[in-house]
Amino acid sequence: MRPDFLDRHARLASPIHRLPTAVKAGAALLLLIALALVPPRQPWLFALVALLLVAVAGASRIPPRFLLGRLLLLEPLALGVAALAFLQPGGWRHFLLLVGRSTLALGVVLLLSQTTPFAALLRLLRRLRLPALLVTLLALMYRYLFVLADEAERLQRARASRTFSRRRGRDWRAIAAVAGRLFGRASERSERIYGAMCARGWRP
Amino acid sequence: MHIPDGFLDLPTATGAAVLAAGGVAVALRETRRRLEPRQVPLMALTATFVFVAQMLNFPVAAGTSGHLIGAALAAALVGPAAAVLVLTTVVVVQCLVFADGGLLALGANLLNMALLAPVAAWAAGLPLRRTLPGLAGRLAGATFGGWVAVVLAAAACAGELALAGAAPWRTVAPAMIGVHLLIGAGEGVITALVLAAIARARPELVTAAGAGSARRFLRTGVLVALALALFAAPFASSLPDGLEAVAERLGFAALEQPAALPAPAPDYALPGLASPLAATAAAGVLGALGMLGVALLLGRALARPREAGSA
Repeated sequence: MRPDFLDRHARLASPIHRLPTAVKAGAALLLLIALALVPPRQPWLFALVALLLVAVAGASRIPPRFLLGRLLLLEPLALGVAALAFLQPGGWRHFLLLVGRSTLALGVVLLLSQTTPFAALLRLLRRLRLPALLVTLLALMYRYLFVLADEAERLQRARASRTFSRRRGRDWRAIAAVAGRLFGRASERSERIYGAMCARGWRP
Repeated sequence: MHIPDGFLDLPTATGAAVLAAGGVAVALRETRRRLEPRQVPLMALTATFVFVAQMLNFPVAAGTSGHLIGAALAAALVGPAAAVLVLTTVVVVQCLVFADGGLLALGANLLNMALLAPVAAWAAGLPLRRTLPGLAGRLAGATFGGWVAVVLAAAACAGELALAGAAPWRTVAPAMIGVHLLIGAGEGVITALVLAAIARARPELVTAAGAGSARRFLRTGVLVALALALFAAPFASSLPDGLEAVAERLGFAALEQPAALPAPAPDYALPGLASPLAATAAAGVLGALGMLGVALLLGRALARPREAGSA
């Protein structure tokens, strides 16, 4: 798996990327709050936010196809929750309102995470006095996500090549065994990481 | 179960965020009290493991599949307080890196999936771990705990959506809880299978970690739950129905038509078993009893040592 699958474009050079992290995160939060406060009878305010997002996306030089793809990838989740609106009379208007609002909010978070490296967000969180233990956990998880995902892929491939039958692929115990092995490897790796951290002078 | 942005209003989102921050702070204090330095990378890798394990598909039927959610598994592996931090890490990364679950809704998502779920899983498994000795008890506890965690998190999620006026409680609760009664059963079974697999490959990882240290934490958990109830109560009384609030805001309260089904519980005066809410509650009780049986059987069966060669 490509290690930059998640924030492939977070390190581009553009006016948006160069903005301080605090400014971007603050602006994103303000926009989200504004979206939550927009009264449903003023849909043109949504259009305003949409225009702003398109402008920022343009200035950020992130390929629009990539952003649209990501948006479509995440949209079904919002649609699923918004479908709850149909459980009540007048559902359509409520549904459209919820979908519009959540899609725009999704765009805000997407642009933030694609124009800001995760490490910069973590630095901001640390400056905001988020406890050091949590920051360490977040940083380590981000670092080893793809290492472990690759490990899981290797385990599954190995299992598939050893148990060559249709039935086995549907066997919950076999899949659970892969997960169990994966945790064993994760804990072994954590020992090695601990050694490496100590060697570099880390203290909790 | 991740709530995206755009569904919670500011009071609900802020209230949930305050509760979540308080809960995480308690978990941090509890964890720091007995944390060995080498457990820091282990917790991080457990979070990574939960995230990756969520990507393994367990085929159900007709092309659908389920996957692990992991709150009960994390609680069984590292104990409740550390599990809260592990799942907090998972949910925050999902939000900030994958944009899965909203940023404004992060507090609510943390409350449901990183606080309520692991603590409830741990607490629900407690009596089973007491009655059945050894690995069988731990597996049975994890099975039942997994079910409870999923159902409770779904109920909390429905509650938050209802408080925020995204959907009325009397429709969103039966829908969410009903579906998650089944999903929770899958979660319970998967949790037990994975825990048994870990115990078979690396027994020391299951017996060593996650054993004790919960009584104080549970007491705090009860306090948090009380705070939650206090926080929710005024909303429930002043906003009897999310739909009504929305209808008023949209300006079609006057046009309100009689619903297709006559509302069996107007303004929260529940008459007996006639309402979908009461039916959901009944299904929940039956489901809990059934799950207890499944947990005991599964715990016994999986804890039995397998003959060499069958694995």
